[in-house]
Amino acid sequence: MKVSQKPNKLFEPEIMKQAFCDSFIKLDPRIQIKNPVMFVVEIASVLTTIIYLVSLSGEKEASSSFILSISLWLWFTLLSANFSEAMAEGRGKAQAKSLRESRKDLMAKKIESLEPKAETIQVQATSLRIGDMVLVEAQEIIPCDGDVVEGIASVDESAITGESAPVIRESGGDRSSVTGGTKVLSDWIIIKITVNPGETFIEQMIALVEGAKRQKTPNEIALNILLAAFTLIFLVVTTTLYSFSKYSTEVSGQGQVISITVLVALLVCLIPTTIGGLLSAIGIAGMDRLIRANVIAMSGRAVEAAGDVDMLLLDKTGTITLGARQASSFYPAPGISEPDLADAAQLASLADETPEGRSIVVLAKEKYNIRDRNIHDLDATFVEFSAHTRMSGVDMNGIKIRKGAVDAIEEYVGTGTVAREIIETAQKVAKEGATPLLVARDKQVLGVVKLKDIVKGGIKERFADLRAMGIKTVMITGDNPITAAAIAAEAGVDDYLAQATPEGKLKLIKENQAGGRLIAMTGDGTNDAPALAQADVAVVMNSGTQAAKEAGNMIDLDSSPTKLIEIVEIGKQLLMTRGALTTFSIANDVAKYFAIIPAAFATTYPVLNKLNIMNLQSPESAILSAVIFNALIILGLLPVALRGVKYRAVGAELLLRDNIFIYGLGGLIVPFIGIKIIDVLISGFKI
Amino acid sequence: MSMTFAEYAQLIVYFALLLSGGFALGKYMTYIFEGEAGAGLPLLKQLEQLTYKAGGIDPRIEMTWVTYSRSLMGFSLISFVALYALQRMQNLLPFNPESLQAVSADSAFNTTISFISNTNWQGYSGETTLSYLSQMLGLTVQNFVSAAVGISVLVALIRGIVRHQSNTIGNFWSDLTRSIIHILLPLSVVLALMLVWQGAIQNFNAYVEYTPLEQHQDPKDKYKIAMGPAASQIAIKQLGTNGGGFFNVNSSHPYENPTSLSNLFETLAILIIPVGLCFTFGFMVKRLKEGLALLWAMSFIFFILLALGLWAEFTPNSAMPLSGNMEGKETRFGITSSMLWATCTTAASNGSVNCMHDSLTPLGGLVPMVLMQLGEIIYGGVGSGLYGMIIFAIVAVFVAGLMVGRTPEYLGKKIEAFEIKMSTLVLLIPPFVVLIGTAIAVSIEAGKAGVLNQSVHGFSEILYAFSSAGNNNGSAFAGLSANTPFYNYALGVAMFISRYWLALPVLAIAGSLAQKKLIPASNGTIPTTGPLFIGFLISIVLIVGALTFIPALALGPIVEHLQMTFGAK
Repeated sequence: MKVSQKPNKLFEPEIMKQAFCDSFIKLDPRIQIKNPVMFVVEIASVLTTIIYLVSLSGEKEASSSFILSISLWLWFTLLSANFSEAMAEGRGKAQAKSLRESRKDLMAKKIESLEPKAETIQVQATSLRIGDMVLVEAQEIIPCDGDVVEGIASVDESAITGESAPVIRESGGDRSSVTGGTKVLSDWIIIKITVNPGETFIEQMIALVEGAKRQKTPNEIALNILLAAFTLIFLVVTTTLYSFSKYSTEVSGQGQVISITVLVALLVCLIPTTIGGLLSAIGIAGMDRLIRANVIAMSGRAVEAAGDVDMLLLDKTGTITLGARQASSFYPAPGISEPDLADAAQLASLADETPEGRSIVVLAKEKYNIRDRNIHDLDATFVEFSAHTRMSGVDMNGIKIRKGAVDAIEEYVGTGTVAREIIETAQKVAKEGATPLLVARDKQVLGVVKLKDIVKGGIKERFADLRAMGIKTVMITGDNPITAAAIAAEAGVDDYLAQATPEGKLKLIKENQAGGRLIAMTGDGTNDAPALAQADVAVVMNSGTQAAKEAGNMIDLDSSPTKLIEIVEIGKQLLMTRGALTTFSIANDVAKYFAIIPAAFATTYPVLNKLNIMNLQSPESAILSAVIFNALIILGLLPVALRGVKYRAVGAELLLRDNIFIYGLGGLIVPFIGIKIIDVLISGFKI
Repeated sequence: MSMTFAEYAQLIVYFALLLSGGFALGKYMTYIFEGEAGAGLPLLKQLEQLTYKAGGIDPRIEMTWVTYSRSLMGFSLISFVALYALQRMQNLLPFNPESLQAVSADSAFNTTISFISNTNWQGYSGETTLSYLSQMLGLTVQNFVSAAVGISVLVALIRGIVRHQSNTIGNFWSDLTRSIIHILLPLSVVLALMLVWQGAIQNFNAYVEYTPLEQHQDPKDKYKIAMGPAASQIAIKQLGTNGGGFFNVNSSHPYENPTSLSNLFETLAILIIPVGLCFTFGFMVKRLKEGLALLWAMSFIFFILLALGLWAEFTPNSAMPLSGNMEGKETRFGITSSMLWATCTTAASNGSVNCMHDSLTPLGGLVPMVLMQLGEIIYGGVGSGLYGMIIFAIVAVFVAGLMVGRTPEYLGKKIEAFEIKMSTLVLLIPPFVVLIGTAIAVSIEAGKAGVLNQSVHGFSEILYAFSSAGNNNGSAFAGLSANTPFYNYALGVAMFISRYWLALPVLAIAGSLAQKKLIPASNGTIPTTGPLFIGFLISIVLIVGALTFIPALALGPIVEHLQMTFGAK
């Protein structure tokens, strides 16, 4: 599913063809009953069809051609709604198609144990269960989601991420998770399957966009209740209108009682068919937009929650600052020469493959021409960074060199033994928003290396937008509070959590949730899992561990740290589209009354024609125009439903004002114009 | 004919008094409901404690919404039985100097529901049907308690909004007792005294006989002038948005409403508590602006409709080409005071009258009808009007919230499926009752028989009756003989449904909101105090109300108006 393959045009001919066929299949009342508004339209269509058939045999309440026109347009209204839903589904299906193909007839090499000579058995990928182990070798497709338990391999994940550069997957650590449907490029790995068939990410994604398993979200349920209530009210309005009309003909002594056909037409015009017909299309299109952003949501509920989020926890590194900090200067301790410090710092960083480590090696080389020594030539043991000691370094010829955060080195050499000058230098560096790294040789602190964080371009504006939307941003960092404050100020976040630990994050989330906030966060490591499980919206990097993925409710296939912001916007857009079209739909009713009421009682009270302010040609054309407008507006608004209402990062009040103006006022005015035009057309053509 | 300067000034004085009085009263009521057990005047406090002791009530026991509702329904059931029995047995009981008969079963059923539901629809004629005991022990008591029930439900709802992560919404018995003793009782005493000062009667005398001077009346017939303890009942019928007059012609009777000044007091009394409660709401949620926002929304709709009514009544028409419409109005009040009263009494669910609504012009008559059909939320009944408006605000917030892409919240509480479900019940029930009731009445002989004018106007009369009962207003268009078994039962059921089927969902919302967390406001929260939201709320109220009733109104007052203006054809 590479970017280039995504259908970007709204109306792909192939999808439209399929949607056209589906709109007839969806006439099945068992499907329609799930949507009360459209179910009423279906009953209305059937009813008018029967009245038409009866009218052919001479039992006429109106002219047969009029009844037929109304009936056909009612069917058309229903088909339009079905078509909208089918279009949204079709677009989603197209997304999922390439994924599904990758899983066709996939075979897997199942193994019984991790013994080196264990035999492999060829089985269908779909027969794999949780706990099974499979061997995947170069050029083979990974059959199912799982964890690497042995081996290391480069994996092409472009099938799901669109990113062409291969990634490394190995057992243990934070890079052990693999996704079914991706391809091993080199080496081999043994995978322990972590999901049963039908529950893999790709299958969930397919199910969600196809709408088959789509569950209604809480807001959708609430809106459905409101729409059902409106439908009920108008059902009562139109049925009681029959007896009102009958009584009116009795007392005025003239005219005919309103016909069932006109009552049914009035009913369909008044109930909120526009939003009712587009509601599921809006929901599916929202999921679809999310998948286009390369995010898989575990449920529609999570997407909706994303729109409500009022606090974002963002990792500093990679999200707010460029992933790598760069070493920019050396500050030697009193009595130590700068080249000496640079030399020690470089030695400690030789085996450090992190960008920070490499930048120290490079800086030492640039400044003092200390060449990059070959690791294997030195009789050295490298001490890797561990979360426990928070230091890395090298043991060489009995000399121990360590580099690490200020407090970590302080603890290493003994608290209170570090020279005051060094601490002051470190504090000065930190105040500038940079990270001071202390270098120690045999428990003697040599000096400070300044690592500079580079705040991403444009991120400050992004945070200003979020603030305008009412979303608070909190930067999460392992840095000390002073460093954190400086970067927070530079990046423009609202708050920060310095020296963050998994417990600290969890506490922060819990406290804010108790205060009524909805929290979103991103994470990837296993140690993020508790916080991810606690957060309301938890986006897990695809590169993250299985534990993290299980704790989260969305997976970002691109593993992009700024994706959270996009997800929030998609969530908001989804709700806004529903709200805007609901308002539009209800506001439409005013014009429809002006069209239908004078026409419906033209024979009883001709004076009511004074209300025919649109000056529609005849009672029949007035009623028909309203029905036609009502049907066409569903198709007219389909692009809005599929694309979503435009979201702007401004405060709620401005957004509300704009949308009331466009969809509320627009909803009042547009039908007056539309009905008039249709009336002129049908009178002109004498349909 | 047009409004004089004095009449404009009269309207301004009225609203100035209403708003300032409402503010002061709102503050006092906040003090009563928020204060610990000790709040209130010392004498009244003692009375309150005595009541608790007599009733075996511990006012400190907090109730869940289910217990609160159960207490409310239990109390209403007792009220029903007591009032029904009293009317059916009044011939056996004292304080019946005119020896009036027991009230018929259907009339007693109608009157009982009418008074316990704070509707005070009167199918009967007070002075020829009810004994002094029935009036005082039955109706006057219900005038107090039914109004207090409305206030209690509102206070419970406000507590639901204010509290968070709590299961309880207060104590029904305490709310009821405090509403009666600290609010309705002292206000009624003050108003009754002011009315007596202006000449309203308050006695237990037998009816006074007189011989008419008019020639066409047979001097052998005995003519009587009704007497009775009127002032005390008038005070509470106005204050408690009850509206059931002591005399049949209600506040157009000179003994009920003798002077222009008494008319001003009574008109003020209709709206003072509903307006005051808007302030109370603002004080209790600690954001006065929230209460004001609802008050402005109500006032805006009120002004538009009052202006329409005044315009319709003052504009010369084909029937009265030279003057405004004085038919059915008391000359001591004139058009402005009459239309103001008609607007107030239907805006609030009062229903008392000082002119004949049946004689209003078609559009003048449309104004009270629309005000009732909007659900009695333009100020509305004491308590019930504001809780109805809060429900509309919840629906408005829901739609507006979706439009800005956020699960909506009102006053820091998330509005979710449950609240919407309950709110739609509140929105659905009154139109259902009004439309279905009217449809049945115009379809069967028993319904059509009561209509004196078999014409468009007859339709308006039936629609008005069900709009009044289905929204617990109680005013009548007249012209409809409603004291028949059909109307007594049909309207009785309508009043019952629209009172209790609304109060219960409101209490359910209160319970659900109380349990929720309080969400801090941010830029993403829709402000519910600005002109934008107020405007949106007004449109929701008008569109939901208007869309439901436009077809019915088109066949009634709108056709009447067009026929009057353009001729019948």
